[in-house]
Amino acid sequence: MASINIKLNQEKLSQLQDICKEFNNEKGELINVLHKAQHLFGYLPAEVQEVIAHELKTSAAHVYGVVTFYSFFTMTPKGEHPISICMGTACYVRGAEKVLDEFKRILKVKVGETTPDGKFSLSCLRCVGACGLAPVVMVGEKVFGRVSPDGVKDIVEEYTK
Amino acid sequence: MEMIKVTIDNKVIEVEKGTSILDAAHSVGINIPTLCYLHLHDLNITNKPAGCRVCVVEVKGRRNLAPACVTECTPGMEVNTHNIRVLNSRKTVLELILSDHPTDCLICPKSGSCDLQTLAQEMGIRQIRYQGEQSKYREDTSPAIIRDVDKCIMCRRCEMMCNDVQTVGVLSAVNRGFMAVVAPAFERNLDHSECTYCGQCVAVCPTGALTEVDHTNNVIRALADPSKTVIVQTAPAVRAALGEEFGMEAGTLVTGKMAAALRRLGFDYVFDTDFAADLTIMEEGTELLDRIARHLGGDKTVKLPILTSCCPGWVNFFEHQFPDMIDIPSTARSPQQMFGSIAKTYFAEKLGIKRENMVVVSIMPCLAKKYECSRDEFKVDGNPDVDFAVSTRELAHLIKQANIDFNGLPDEDFDQPLGESTGASIIFGATGGVIEAATRTAYEVFTGKKLEKVDFEQLRGMEWIRRAEVDFDGTPIKIGIAHGLGNARKLLEEIRDGKADFHAIEIMACPGGCIGGGGQPLHHGDSSILKARTAAIYREDVGKPIRKSHENPFIQKLYEEFLGKPCSHKSHHLLHTHYFDRSNPVEIE
Repeated sequence: MASINIKLNQEKLSQLQDICKEFNNEKGELINVLHKAQHLFGYLPAEVQEVIAHELKTSAAHVYGVVTFYSFFTMTPKGEHPISICMGTACYVRGAEKVLDEFKRILKVKVGETTPDGKFSLSCLRCVGACGLAPVVMVGEKVFGRVSPDGVKDIVEEYTK
Repeated sequence: MEMIKVTIDNKVIEVEKGTSILDAAHSVGINIPTLCYLHLHDLNITNKPAGCRVCVVEVKGRRNLAPACVTECTPGMEVNTHNIRVLNSRKTVLELILSDHPTDCLICPKSGSCDLQTLAQEMGIRQIRYQGEQSKYREDTSPAIIRDVDKCIMCRRCEMMCNDVQTVGVLSAVNRGFMAVVAPAFERNLDHSECTYCGQCVAVCPTGALTEVDHTNNVIRALADPSKTVIVQTAPAVRAALGEEFGMEAGTLVTGKMAAALRRLGFDYVFDTDFAADLTIMEEGTELLDRIARHLGGDKTVKLPILTSCCPGWVNFFEHQFPDMIDIPSTARSPQQMFGSIAKTYFAEKLGIKRENMVVVSIMPCLAKKYECSRDEFKVDGNPDVDFAVSTRELAHLIKQANIDFNGLPDEDFDQPLGESTGASIIFGATGGVIEAATRTAYEVFTGKKLEKVDFEQLRGMEWIRRAEVDFDGTPIKIGIAHGLGNARKLLEEIRDGKADFHAIEIMACPGGCIGGGGQPLHHGDSSILKARTAAIYREDVGKPIRKSHENPFIQKLYEEFLGKPCSHKSHHLLHTHYFDRSNPVEIE
């Protein structure tokens, strides 16, 4: 059995091993294990995937394959303030793309990425059901309505104060 | 065994319930084209993800077309395999696959042996109507295997071989949709993974996505260099398969023509790896007998079973995956490496030349050998014992490039003193052969008696794991044999769990042994080719006047003149090695 080179601390490692044990270290429970692991760590770095592969007696390649297949699983930590721009029909038609471009320009990240200082991460959402407020942007749990490209920098400033 | 009646292309046939439409059609000579499907019948290896949709057929009463490889026949089923609806669909499927495939057939290493290319030809594709974005992934070059996944059609054969057969677990499908590729964990390169370079992925890849590192240009340059003495060694499994690249039937022995071709290519000396295989038996056999003698004498510290160590794919496997057991394999080097070591010392001395002016080329059925000769412990002051390992396929290309008429060549002999070999050495190419060769010598040394019958059928065959006993004149010697790394894993776990009751175990990474190596002519899914090659190996053995390694007069001379005796200080220095823990150590803060 290959041993693993990890930079996790003992406590987190034990918690991760407990998660695997909770599912009887069964290979078939990989997705459930990954959900809990992502909840524990906030994301799924390579080291965590290697530990899971070892515990569930499967290959790291297989775990990585599952992580990359489902968009919910992420290998990059989410920012302190996750920004999601709604790309549903109403928001799109009312200029959501321009709002997204402005966020990309100001934060200097692409969709799915996190700023180097860990403060913001950018992603797209499907319809949140607040179409009367289109275009809609969510920062964490807070909903911003009628966002214009000019208003983007104000939103960002609100979180960098 | 319930039999049912089905109609395929208006032919009424009777098949066993559960038979796929593909197999049913095949049984009456209707060969539905396939692409991702792979069935190595004699080895029970199957890949049928039904992903490519090339084998679709029309089934009466079914709204959509059915993939023949996975659709089971039902009583009264009516199938049409090539009406216009089916033909149009197949062509569309192919065009879609080709729409995201590089069109560099002219310079692709797989040209001429590519399943996709052949299919496009047979289906008469004359245009690719679907134009769009093309996948652009980086090329990954390792010491032995090149990954060019722009050419990958996601057939999953490599993934199946690596995970299910070899259980190395390097490859997996990652990402989704257009971005999907087959890659190692975290999309690292192969040389940063646990890849053993066994090359079984290359052996089954239908396109140019997985190919070998090509050393033909290096060989041509060496041959053209007047300051170099270029010598070549040929592995046993090559002579049983090389002929296939020249239109000969699988299982044709071409030893004589191979030597003649190599001579015409310009090699200064044409030698035989089999010579070094006899040498390996001397060294490893001595080691085996020493361990057995100590064990029978009550020594509790001696490590048994002894494991063979001539297969570099297998060595990589246990260095990565079973590093806690690196003290049980034999310390003997592989025949390829023993040859190089002796060539650049004993033979260079005889010629009066420096080792830097000798280039040793090996012709191997194996891709891991390319990696093996680059290992630092097989170099002296940076100069490798074996400079280039070239596969059977590359040799065929070299012969064709030099416009040598292979089929018209006379049979020639190898040169001496490193070209003489026994029947024991030739069977190294098949699973069970190494241990049988060792047995022939070990028996006589252990018992002091002459071995009348040298054939040990109980060690032969294609079953994945074989357990046999050989009677050493009253002492039963227990032998285990495995081919395919997944089966090696099973035996290693038995050893680790203390359940293994063997004196010696032979492991070969490739299914069938070296005859099924990653560098051999492609079998394209026909496992009868592997069986034919195996039969050829044992035929050559029977045809040899000397069939026991220790009776090779040139081996005896080598010990007399140079090495002293097996496992002597000099033999240890030149012909033995040690192993490394290549797993990743645990580091917890």
